[in-house]
This record gives sequence, structure tokens and C-alpha cells, in this order.
Amino acid sequence: MTATLAPAPRKPKAAKRFRAFWRRWWHQLTAMRTALVLLLALALAAIPGSTFPQRSISTVDVAGYFDEHPDLAPWLDRLWAFDVYTSPWFSAIYLLLMISLAGCIVPRLGVHWKALRAKVPDAPKRMSILPYHRVLDVDANQGRARAVLKQRRWRTAVTEHEDGTFVIAAEKGYLRETGNLLFHTSIIFVLAGVAVGSLMSWYGNRILSEDKSYCNNLQQYDEYGLGAWVDETSLPRFCVTLDAFDAEFTDGGPTAYDAAVTYETAGETGKYDLQVNHPLNIDGTNVFLIGHGYTAVVTYTDRYGQTQTLHQEFLAMDAALNSEGAFKFPDANVDPETGTVDANAEVGFDAILVPTFDDSTAMLLGTDPELNNPVLALTAYTGDLGLGDGEPESVYSVNEEQIASGALTRLNEEVEVIGVGDAMTLPDGTTLTFDGVEQYAVLQVRHDPGGPVVLAGAVLLLLGLLPGLAVRRRRYWIRWNPDGTVETAGLNRNDFDGLDEECDELTAAIAPDYEPPGTHTDKSGSEQ
Amino acid sequence: MTGAEAANALFVATILTYAAAMFSYAVEYAFDKRVAKRALVAAGGADAPDDAPAESPSEAPISPVAARGAGRLGLVLTFLGTAALAASIVTRVVYTGRWPWGNMFEYTVGVALAGMVTWLVLVSRGSVPRRLGLFATFAVTMVLGTSVRVYTEAGPLVPALDSYWIVIHVTAAIAASGILLIGCVFAILHLLKRRYDRQRSDGKPIRFPLNIAERLPDANALERMTFKIHVFAFPLLTFGILAGAVWAHFAWGRYWNWDPKEVWAFIAWVVYAAYLHARVSGRSAKANAPWIAILGYAVMLFNLTAVNLVFAGLHSYAGV
Ligand code: HEM
Repeated sequence: MTATLAPAPRKPKAAKRFRAFWRRWWHQLTAMRTALVLLLALALAAIPGSTFPQRSISTVDVAGYFDEHPDLAPWLDRLWAFDVYTSPWFSAIYLLLMISLAGCIVPRLGVHWKALRAKVPDAPKRMSILPYHRVLDVDANQGRARAVLKQRRWRTAVTEHEDGTFVIAAEKGYLRETGNLLFHTSIIFVLAGVAVGSLMSWYGNRILSEDKSYCNNLQQYDEYGLGAWVDETSLPRFCVTLDAFDAEFTDGGPTAYDAAVTYETAGETGKYDLQVNHPLNIDGTNVFLIGHGYTAVVTYTDRYGQTQTLHQEFLAMDAALNSEGAFKFPDANVDPETGTVDANAEVGFDAILVPTFDDSTAMLLGTDPELNNPVLALTAYTGDLGLGDGEPESVYSVNEEQIASGALTRLNEEVEVIGVGDAMTLPDGTTLTFDGVEQYAVLQVRHDPGGPVVLAGAVLLLLGLLPGLAVRRRRYWIRWNPDGTVETAGLNRNDFDGLDEECDELTAAIAPDYEPPGTHTDKSGSEQ
Repeated sequence: MTGAEAANALFVATILTYAAAMFSYAVEYAFDKRVAKRALVAAGGADAPDDAPAESPSEAPISPVAARGAGRLGLVLTFLGTAALAASIVTRVVYTGRWPWGNMFEYTVGVALAGMVTWLVLVSRGSVPRRLGLFATFAVTMVLGTSVRVYTEAGPLVPALDSYWIVIHVTAAIAASGILLIGCVFAILHLLKRRYDRQRSDGKPIRFPLNIAERLPDANALERMTFKIHVFAFPLLTFGILAGAVWAHFAWGRYWNWDPKEVWAFIAWVVYAAYLHARVSGRSAKANAPWIAILGYAVMLFNLTAVNLVFAGLHSYAGV
């Protein structure tokens, strides 16, 4: 800009220009057209969030994407493709939209406030320029006009001119702008609630087998997330026990899950029948039932006759709840006399749990999620399970690297399928017995103080939207001229039909002898 | 015949009836020259210019009177087909003992019903000319045809869908989608007619498919009808999305998860908000508004089909 190079005396002018520049930008930003562009930009910006896996939904899926596209993924990550809804570019668009919105609402609030208290403006001199205009050839009574308008809740203003002209001006439909402003304001409310939520909410997911308990602290969750302002030591104290889990099936599909839980908080205990769609509320923290699965119970008897029983949760692979999991016995085969551990005599099993095995077909996997004939399909390994190396690893499978490196030896070529009560015998004579199947529930615990704000905002949004769209703002005038004629006129302040009909009807109510011109006959639109 | 078979038979009957209705409307549309002079809901908009071709009725193979008879038949068939469609849905409800919105097929059929009911309400109120039923039945029959591709046996619901919120949320979404379908039809008709008018005033030749627009009502009136339908549907769509968030809170523990279905519902809502703004943002934006409305419906359709079939999400089990 040349202004910055200008000599000192011109400085005030530069400041002025600077202000003018910003004013122009502010005008631009708060213009309807900008809102339009920003809305469309927001729609566009939301798309990548559905095409790329999002960290906020599933970190596992994001990791999977990295595995599949090792070259592309880091670049996408730099563009926040896996965190679209918290990305700077997405935030920039909606923040601009919010600023634009606020900049739009505030002046309109002022204008509307004034309009609500202002007098309805007088009729224009030439009423015939208005979209609805009639010159009455019948009598109209002034008192009756006022009564009719008042009864129909028009806001009226009466003006008597010096030349004897008498005007009643009426206006209706202020609720439209009220609704519109309420609607736009509540968008900001909803967003504020979302913001509060993302800062102050926390959640944890926990897989809980029958007869097991857990307490509300982060160490006991399988997965959790904390808002930026949440102090993990201040989470409310409570514990939950899963007493029983019941899944109902009809025609091969689940129809109801039912988790009987006992909860304990500050010395109080209670029982609750937790179901999908029926969360348990503990002092504003909700416990949701979001899934379920099977827990296989097995007993391993080692070379020395020592037994270990495992309750192992399995991960569903499909809708029929064919599930995968692993049994690991890192401290098996410890010589009870010497107490020495043979690091290469650890035992592990990869397993598939089939809830309803159909032995009349060659298929291992079943099609029925209900426990009608559960079997385990097992592959046994012995050697070093690799659990001691400190690397985190899946509890649902035996470490593949150990198998690949030869640290684990596979003991059976073909998977061995055993039913409940049966046992698989390994070459060294040790056995794995399939004791039975239990169920587990997947619980999600969530506290979101922004939720009620969002809900209130959403309700206000709807309440504002209805009148904001349905109500029409319109004006009506009736004028007694000094020459004895009576004129009426109407003006739509929103783009809607029906002005003529309404005004004619009003005029007829005021002047009962008035007969609207025959405009209705050719307006039926459809011909029959 | 089992309940499911009866429902399917009624469904097939619906498609056949709508096809017959479409044909009847086409006859009226093509041969009732008189109607070209009429405006759609005259209020506000200027009446259509009298640009009906000078061709005399006697030259046409079907007289205008017969053509109007065909139109009336089309309307009766539309009512019958819609009754059959409703009966098909009710039969499914009786057979399955649950609300009929449990999978993608049922959802699509619901959209078709909502669209047709919207149309019939408009015609019955005299807001639109009967012969435009040609386009409404066409659009709805396309939707029904699509639903066949995703046909699912009537069966029970998975637990998360077993909630009264499904009734509220899905019913609102279906109703909004059905009404918006008709809104989209009007947006397209408006664009056609506008283009036709421009070509005509420029003296350019008018070829298929533009010549269809000859007997459409006034472009302005079509635009206003488009707007009215969208104004009616938008709060319903908004309510449907909000009810979905409430349901998500109970079923999945969070009210908004940016699940693909939610993302695309959000996009559709934002696009429709943009449409409503475009209409009051000056002349050029208003001229583009019908395109934004069509874009909005494209997003709705995408959300109904591709998102269910392609993207994995929490909503996918509500799908096929
Ligand atoms: C988050 C962004 C926004 C959304 C989702 C939105 C949505 C809507 C909707 C649905 C309507 C029609 C319903 C009604 O009249 O109440 C509307 C109308 C309106 N909006 Fe917005 N809006 C947004 C931002 C803005 C902004 C930034 C402005 C200011 C430039 C604005 C100005 C208006 C005006 C003046 C109307 C009234 C139009 C009429 O009278 O028909 N909006 N908006």
C-alpha cells in the first residue's frame, strides 16, 4: 500500500484508510453471500472425514490405513486427513462462519428490538405502487377497522393528517425475525456446548465378563479419552459389576441385550438392568452398553499336572459372532520341585470360537450368533511367547513375529476343533480343556457436561426455525381520503404467496359489502 | 401366502400402477394443449405467456378432452398405487411386528411413500397442475426401482435399532427425504423451463429434452413452489438429525460421532441451509439456488445409497 510510504502529515489518512479497509472486510464477512460461501465450504470440508479413517473414531483403523498406504499416509496426516474435525482448516471455516454469524446477529438484534417498539409506518402517498391495492367503492367504518385488526393481532398505528386523511397502518409477523434470530443464536449455543464438551468430557471403554467388576479409573479401561481440562485424578469414584449378561436371538439375529449390573458409589449400591438405549446414570456420568461378545473358559494341564484356568475375551469377526482370540500360558511347565522356568516351554493357542458349529458342512465358521453348539478351533504353539520383552501386543492372537522367527513352534498342522467338555492333547501329553463359554459386555462410560447445553441449544434452534420460516411479515394499510374514497394496500416483507387473498379477506371483514375482484377464479392452478 | 409375500405382491402392484399412471399423465401432458396456457398457482408470479403452439386440437391423435380423461385416470391410479404401497408397508409391520424402518429397502420404500403423499397433497390442494404428476410418478418409481436393488427379507431388528427413537428419527428423516424429492423435481422443472424461456427469447432452436418444458407452468411459479417445499422440509430434516443425535446418545454413548452417515447428513443440512440463504442473497445467488437444492438432494441420495454400501460405520448395520 502506498499509504505506508506517504509523508508524516498524511498519517491520519492512512489510519482512516486502514479503518475503512477493515470496515469493508467486516461488511464482506457479515454479508449473506459470505455466509453462503462459507456454508458450502463447510459442507465440502466435511467430506474427507468420511473417506479417511478418523482418530477420534478408531485409532485402529487409522493404524490400518498407515499399514496399507505407508507412503501416502504420512502426507495425508500432515494435512490432518485423520483429524478432519479438529484440523486447522476445518476449524478456520467454522470459526469464520461463527464470526460472520455473530456479526450478522448482533446488528439485527438491535434493528429488531427497535422495530418491535417502533410505530408502524404510515402509508406511502401513492398507495397504488404497492403490490396489493384496492380502491373501495363501499363504506368502511374506522372503528370496525381497528377492532378487526386488533382482534386478528395486527399491530396498528393511527395517523390523522391535517387535511383530514385518516390512516390505519398495520403490521404482523414480527415473530419471523424473532424466530430467525433465535435460530441463528442457538447455532452459537450448540457450538459452545460442543466446545465445552470437547474440553471437559471424558470417556472410557471397558470389556467386562460376567461376574467381574471394575472401578472407574483410567488404568482399568481398555481405551479412554480425556478432554483438555479434565484432571484424571478427579474422576468420580464408582465400581460396576456385571452380574449376568443375556442376549436374545430371533431367527439368527440378536434382538435384545440385557446386562444386569451392580454399581457402587460412595457407600451406596444399586442394581440396574443395563440395555442398549437404556444407559445407567451415576451422578451425571452415563454407563452405556455398546456391545457384547463371548469369553471362552479353558483349563490347561501342564507336564507336572498343574492346572491354570483362563477366562479369555474373544473379538467378534462377523455378525454371526465367530470370534478370534488366544490363550497364553507363559508360566506353564514350571518344575514344581526346582521352581525353574523353562523359557522355551511356554504354551500358546490361537483360537477361533464358533458359537454354532454345524458339523454337517465342511465350513468351520457358523452363521448363527447364538450359543447352540460352541466349538474352539485351536492351533497350539510352544516355545517363547515373547511376552517378557515389554512390547505391547495383542491379547487376541499369539505373537506372529515369534512364530516367524522360529521362537515358537507350531504343534498341529491342521486346526483341532473341540466342543465344550472336550480336550486337545498336545504331543507332550499336556491338555487344554474347553470348559465353557461366558459372555462379556462392552461398556462405555462417558461424562459430557456440554451435552445439556447442546440439547438446549438444539431445542431452541428448532423452536426458532419454525416461526422463522413459517411466519410472514406483512403490512396492511387502510386510508380514508379527504375526497371520501377509501383505499387499502398490502405489502409482503417476505417472499410468500397469499398476500392478495389475505388482504382481500381483511378488507371484506372491515367493509362487509366489499366484494373482492374476480381474481380467484383463474387462480385455482389445477384444472379439473 | 405369508405376510412377507403379500407385502411383496402389493409392492409389485404399486410399481405397475405407478407405471400406468405415468403413462396416463404422459398422454395428458402431451395432448392437452389447453393447459399450456395455465399458470401454476398464479399468486405473485405473472401468468405464463400464452405461448401454446397454434396447432389445432383436431390434428392431434388424441383430443384434449380424452387427454384430460387420461390425466384423471392417472390421478386415480396414483391414489391407488399409493394405497397399495401403504398397504404393503402395513403388511410388513403386521408380519414383523415392528416399525417398518429397519433396513435400507424399507427406508427407501418409505421415502417413495412420503414423496408420493407429498405430491398428492399438493395436487389435492390445487397447488400444482395434475399433469405434472408425470414427473412425480417418474421420480418415485425410480426410487422404488432402486429399493429393489437393496431388497432385504423382512426380519427382526438388531438391538440398537430397537428403540422408540427409531420411530422418531427415521420417520422424520424419511418424511424429509420424500418431501425433498418432490422439491428436487420442482427445482429441475424450474431450471428446464428457465432454460426453455431463454432459448425461446434468444430465438434458438429447442430440442429434446428442453421441448418437454413447453407445457410446464411459469418458471417463476415453479421456483416459488420449489422454495415452499424446501421451507416445509427443512425443519423436518433438522428435527430428524437432532433426534438422531439424541438416539445416538442412548445407543452408542455419544450424540455426535462424525460417523459417515452423520457426516453426510450434516453436509446435506448445510447445503440446504445454503439454499435458503442463496434465495435471499441477491439476484445471481438466487439464480443459482435451484442448483444448490439439487446438490442437496444429490447429497441425500448419496447418503442413502453409497454411504450405506461403501463406508463402514456404526450406521451400516442399519443398512442392507
Ligand atoms: C452456521 C451458519 C448458518 C446457518 C446454518 C444458517 C441457516 C439459516 C436458515 C436455515 C435460514 C432460514 C430459516 C430462517 O429464516 O430462520 C436462515 C435465514 C437467514 N440467515 Fe442464516 N444461517 C447461518 C448463518 C448466517 C449468517 C452468517 C448470516 C448473516 C449474514 C445469516 C443471515 C440470515 C438471514 C438474514 C436469514 C433470513 C432469510 C429470510 O428472511 O428468508 N445466516 N439461515
